[in-house]
Amino acid sequence: MDGATTAPDVIEGEESASVERPLARVPLVLNRRNFSWITERISGAVEGVAPRWWWVAFAITSMVAMFGLFCLGYQISTGVGVWGLNHPVGWAWDITNFVFWIGIGHAGTLISAILYLLRQKWRTSINRSAEAMTLFAVICAAIFPGVHVGRVWMAWFLAPLPNNYGIWPNFRSPLLWDVFAVSTYFSVSVLFWYTGLIPDLATLRDRATTKIKKLLYGIFALGWRGSNRNWRHYEMAYLLLAGLSTPLVLSVHSVVSFDFATSIVPTWHTTIFPPYFVAGAIFGGFAMVLTLLVPARAIYKLQDIITIQHIDKMAKVILLTGSFVSYAYAMEFFVAWYSGNQYEKFAFFNRIFGPYWWYWWVGMLFCNALSPQLFWFRRFRQNIYVVYFVCMCVNAGMWFERFIIIVGGLHRDFLPSSWGLFIPTWVDIWTFVGTFGIFLSLFLIFIRYLPMIAMSEVKIVLPEANPHHASPEEHHLVAAGGGERTQ
Amino acid sequence: MRTPSGNKVYGMGAEFPSASALYEAAKRVRDAGFKRWDVHSPFPIHGMDAAMGLGKSWLSTFVLIGGITGLLTAVTLEFGPSWIIYPLVVHGKPVDWRTVPAFFPIMFELTVLFSAFTAFFSLLIMNGLPRWYHPVFNWHRFSRATNDGFFLIIEARDPRFTELEARELLEQSGGSHVTIIHED
Repeated sequence: MDGATTAPDVIEGEESASVERPLARVPLVLNRRNFSWITERISGAVEGVAPRWWWVAFAITSMVAMFGLFCLGYQISTGVGVWGLNHPVGWAWDITNFVFWIGIGHAGTLISAILYLLRQKWRTSINRSAEAMTLFAVICAAIFPGVHVGRVWMAWFLAPLPNNYGIWPNFRSPLLWDVFAVSTYFSVSVLFWYTGLIPDLATLRDRATTKIKKLLYGIFALGWRGSNRNWRHYEMAYLLLAGLSTPLVLSVHSVVSFDFATSIVPTWHTTIFPPYFVAGAIFGGFAMVLTLLVPARAIYKLQDIITIQHIDKMAKVILLTGSFVSYAYAMEFFVAWYSGNQYEKFAFFNRIFGPYWWYWWVGMLFCNALSPQLFWFRRFRQNIYVVYFVCMCVNAGMWFERFIIIVGGLHRDFLPSSWGLFIPTWVDIWTFVGTFGIFLSLFLIFIRYLPMIAMSEVKIVLPEANPHHASPEEHHLVAAGGGERTQ
Repeated sequence: MRTPSGNKVYGMGAEFPSASALYEAAKRVRDAGFKRWDVHSPFPIHGMDAAMGLGKSWLSTFVLIGGITGLLTAVTLEFGPSWIIYPLVVHGKPVDWRTVPAFFPIMFELTVLFSAFTAFFSLLIMNGLPRWYHPVFNWHRFSRATNDGFFLIIEARDPRFTELEARELLEQSGGSHVTIIHED
């Protein structure tokens, strides 16, 4: 790392500034790193030889992914009966997994789009990997509705095309809205992610040491040369994509919730589902962002860019959205009682005392509602181990929540004669585990070949990126003196 | 314009030590009346558009047109089949204006989809990308433009461009490594 001209490579005193002077604004990049240090550190992660841990991790995740693909192949070739689905539970792990994965994606878009519009500059350190996570999560999500229809070769029925009787799909159906919402979400996320990548691909192109790397990064960098006449349109396009993604991300999980809310099943037929689902999606998504970034930050020594303050802020978002979700849980019970509807009342009684009782007590109550409450305290928000523990709870809890909503609603509905339970088969379980393999394999490939932090965006938050910043000579004097940095 | 050795000249470039130095230099080049010139930096510099005398980007206009196209596409796609080609009665609900809200989600999604694609492709077209070869890449120092270098390049096509004047201006503005850049 020859780029570190202003500060040594050692990383220390992460939280000192905030503790000593609570009102001082903590810099977003610590230890006075300069532009070339950022380039060096982030590109270095891509340019070196793949470390041994990467191969071990990739071997494991790709094997899990292969087994997941095998299960999908087995299910497609044999029939949807290899899953535990039956009457009355016709949607179980498949749709749970779909909602779980699509929800995870939402944090990436929230970070990249909504925090951009809100001028939250700390997003620059985490947006690239969060957006990548969005794409991979949506890929995992899209598998389930595709295959759960049974005859996947008929999946084109999802498209707005007339079938062989000339009948078109019903455009008033939430299931068709879902097709449009998810495919739009994926397409727009890809465009947004790639637009952000162009300047960084140009950096990798200009640093490439081999011909093949120069060619490949060069092709995808599209000939970017950092010209201000280009940046002018680039910034406008980026702003517009952020503005478009903001309502889009809110709409996607709202539409997913319509799949349930427009039915008449008790616990599904409720008007609070859209905001409740969106909050839950961001809640679960932030937990997954932290699950991936906390190890990546340690492995690639990115503590100066993804600082403890970033983790603190993400923990606050988890606390906020977790509180929304807890409020929604409580409100569901209140409305079930207040409505006077005996089926609703029974369904919620059944949720906490029925056959799936522990899903609620462990998943929804402990993992989702209680564990994030630790984040009221800065000591816990800034403790990596506590943060990781809570994130793991939330990851699990959000899956349980979707299972409770879906299977909890279906397994005991209006007629006691048609009650039944859902028991997953090994194919159910391994298909789900396999999607984790796909997700993590894709993420490992991403951090291996693409810059996991948006270099050009992180550089903007350095004080010397401001054209009205003190001249470089002055700056070096100030930095050398170790005093307050001129703004 | 050609050098004595016969190479075609693309322009003259200079390197600047910081974003603020580049910003000040851009204002001087703008005030000197140059039209065909550009600055290159690893990140967009706040206020540089004004310093270069550039206005707001018109990309948003195309995106608006794209969004309207998306909305009209959705309206046609939904109402054509549902009301005209094969009216479908679902849940006994009427086939008329009273069910219009149920068509809104797809209208919204297609508006966003078309707008996003328009934004992306307008970005490429307005920037003349992809363009994998460009004369500025001939300058060996230029690879720092995507790392930590700040460059200002005046093109030889500019009517005011003379080698002497451009060199003097760039040096006076604080530029170093003032270099002639060849076309090929």
